[in-house]
Amino acid sequence: MSSVPITAFLALALILFCIGLYGALTKRNTIIVLISIELMLNAVNINLVTFSKYGMTPAITGQVFAVFVIAVAAAEVAVGIAILLALYRNRRTVNIDEINTMKH
Amino acid sequence: MENAWLIPLFPLLSFVFLLLFGRKLKEGSAYAGILLTLASLVFSVIVLVERMAAPASYKAEAVWLKIGELELTAGFEVNQLNALMLVIVSLVSFLVHTYSKGYMHGDDRFHVFYAYLGLFTFAMLGLVLSPNLLQTYIFWELVGVGSFLLIGFYYFKNEARAAAKKAFIMTRIGDVGLLIGMILLFWQVGSFEYDEIFAAVEAGSISGTMITLTAILIFIGAVGKSGQFPLHTWLPDAMEGPTPVSALIHAATMVAAGVYLVAATFPLFAASETAMMTVAIIGAFTAIFAASIGLAQTNIKRVLAYSTVSQLGYMMLALGSAGYVAGVFHLMTHAFFKALLFLAAGSVIHALHHKQNIEEMGGLWKKLPLTGPLFLMGTLAISGVPLFSGFFSKDEILIAVWAHGNYFLFILAVIAAFFTAFYMFRLFFMVFTGEARSPLGNVQESPATMTMPMVVLGVLAVVAGYVNTPWFGTFLGDWLVEGNEALGHGHIEGPAWIMIVATLVSLAGIFLAYLMYYKKSLARDWFTSRAPITYSIVRNKYFIDEFYNLSVVYATRSVSLFLRFIELFLVEGLMKLVAGVVSLLGKSGSRFQNGQIQTYGMAAFLGLAVLLLIFALTGGYIG
Repeated sequence: MSSVPITAFLALALILFCIGLYGALTKRNTIIVLISIELMLNAVNINLVTFSKYGMTPAITGQVFAVFVIAVAAAEVAVGIAILLALYRNRRTVNIDEINTMKH
Repeated sequence: MENAWLIPLFPLLSFVFLLLFGRKLKEGSAYAGILLTLASLVFSVIVLVERMAAPASYKAEAVWLKIGELELTAGFEVNQLNALMLVIVSLVSFLVHTYSKGYMHGDDRFHVFYAYLGLFTFAMLGLVLSPNLLQTYIFWELVGVGSFLLIGFYYFKNEARAAAKKAFIMTRIGDVGLLIGMILLFWQVGSFEYDEIFAAVEAGSISGTMITLTAILIFIGAVGKSGQFPLHTWLPDAMEGPTPVSALIHAATMVAAGVYLVAATFPLFAASETAMMTVAIIGAFTAIFAASIGLAQTNIKRVLAYSTVSQLGYMMLALGSAGYVAGVFHLMTHAFFKALLFLAAGSVIHALHHKQNIEEMGGLWKKLPLTGPLFLMGTLAISGVPLFSGFFSKDEILIAVWAHGNYFLFILAVIAAFFTAFYMFRLFFMVFTGEARSPLGNVQESPATMTMPMVVLGVLAVVAGYVNTPWFGTFLGDWLVEGNEALGHGHIEGPAWIMIVATLVSLAGIFLAYLMYYKKSLARDWFTSRAPITYSIVRNKYFIDEFYNLSVVYATRSVSLFLRFIELFLVEGLMKLVAGVVSLLGKSGSRFQNGQIQTYGMAAFLGLAVLLLIFALTGGYIG
């Protein structure tokens, strides 16, 4: 178990985060953007768990936080999907380029 | 005397009251103004009588401002000069108030006129009562404001507007001198009080050069206010104001302020021979210079205006020749006969429906049975005909100049006296005798409100001289200098022939005018045809105005134009540049706000990345 070094976890988290970020910033479909955000949150979760195990002062707190994040992320997705559905009903589109009312 | 401070407050009350309620009172405003100035007059007379009976001056002061060690006081003082001036100012002002009721009848801004008169009178009375230079300066400026308002009273006329501005600006040039002189004195003495300044001068704690410098600077203020050369040009232009105002300005208030200031600070001048000489030379030059211009003017009020300038020159000459009494005495007699002359001229103008050119007048003696003789009395007084007031005061001045040893200035003064007699009688003959030179319309004598003040002044113009004569005693002179040696003697002895010469010169001037304008045995163009260039120069007032326009005004305009370009291109350019950069920045910034959430996210991410990069490179410490 201890053969896997900490850098592997962190590298995984970093790659996951970057993929998520890239997706969130570039994809035009709002659903994909939401999924990308989930990716980023999970990268954070990996970090939290990693440090709770291999950090300077290993403690259970990090894992508790990860559970919290998962719960909050579930709530966030629920709200996000709800907003998206409402938007879709009004605008007939989920294309993020066309949702630019924040300009005004 | 303790209540002398009330005197200026009556006209102030009149001013405030008429500003508030004048619109409703309309022509009833006159009564408010007249009654309140009458109250001033009564109080002034009481104060004068009290001061004559009292052995010493009265002075009351309270601390006005306290800045650290420095205390500035405000208050009032009653000394001989003040008491006399109070009566002159309030009397002339009262008569002018009364006169204006008839003269300004029917004017739309009747009540405003009375309000301004009140302000003007208040300022002058306040000036006269001031015990220190600072207070004097405040009222001095107020007098300037009052004259500005009154000269520009007919503000719908371009000339009146220009004249008002000119009066204000020209006197302001002098005021700068006064202000600098005042500050220098304060620096040297540490006080604005007249008493302390004189004490310091006497004790010799101020250096001689400094005395000369401050005296001349104060004199520059007086030059501006009293219309002395080279700042005299505003005074004739001030004729654009209503005639009663001219009477007030020329007799008792505005221009008298300058002479009064020199008289009030006389011990300072007396301590410096150079300053005295400057005053005397400017005075004598102005006297003859203005008198010569008066010879060729054709506007009735302008002739009188130049005669005022000339007479003020006389007063300055007297003061500059250590003739304190002579100067103040002439100030008094001049106030009466010049007010009379202006009011009579106003009566003529009123009767002729605002015609002012004497070339168009003539033969008014019979048509104006009261104005004519009164004008003649004023003319005789100003010409220095024996037994009239002007004779005694002018004689005093000539004696003072002779006794001081200024023989050249004496000759100038005598020639100026000749000119004065000539142009005044030229004016008289052209207006009142002969035939009318243009259709005059229906000419009627002015109403009683206008003639009564003139009668009072006419009596004064005759008898005022008897308070100080070499024959019956020099009461005024002795009283004026009582208890103050710095002012010189009450009476200066001079050779008896001076009086005879002065009389002869005046009579010669009158006779010449008689020959030219009454008998017409001497052609009017006898001189003008022989020396056309001289005539043209004199007629155009030595081209002083043109000279100023070409030099000072032109230079100022050029500088202003230059500064305007700097303002337009440099200052505003810089301003526009700054504003432009900011708005450009804003505009380019606002382009990012396109409503695309992903762009925002990208920007936030890049920003974070840059911050982190900096953080990493600097190791967490900036700077």
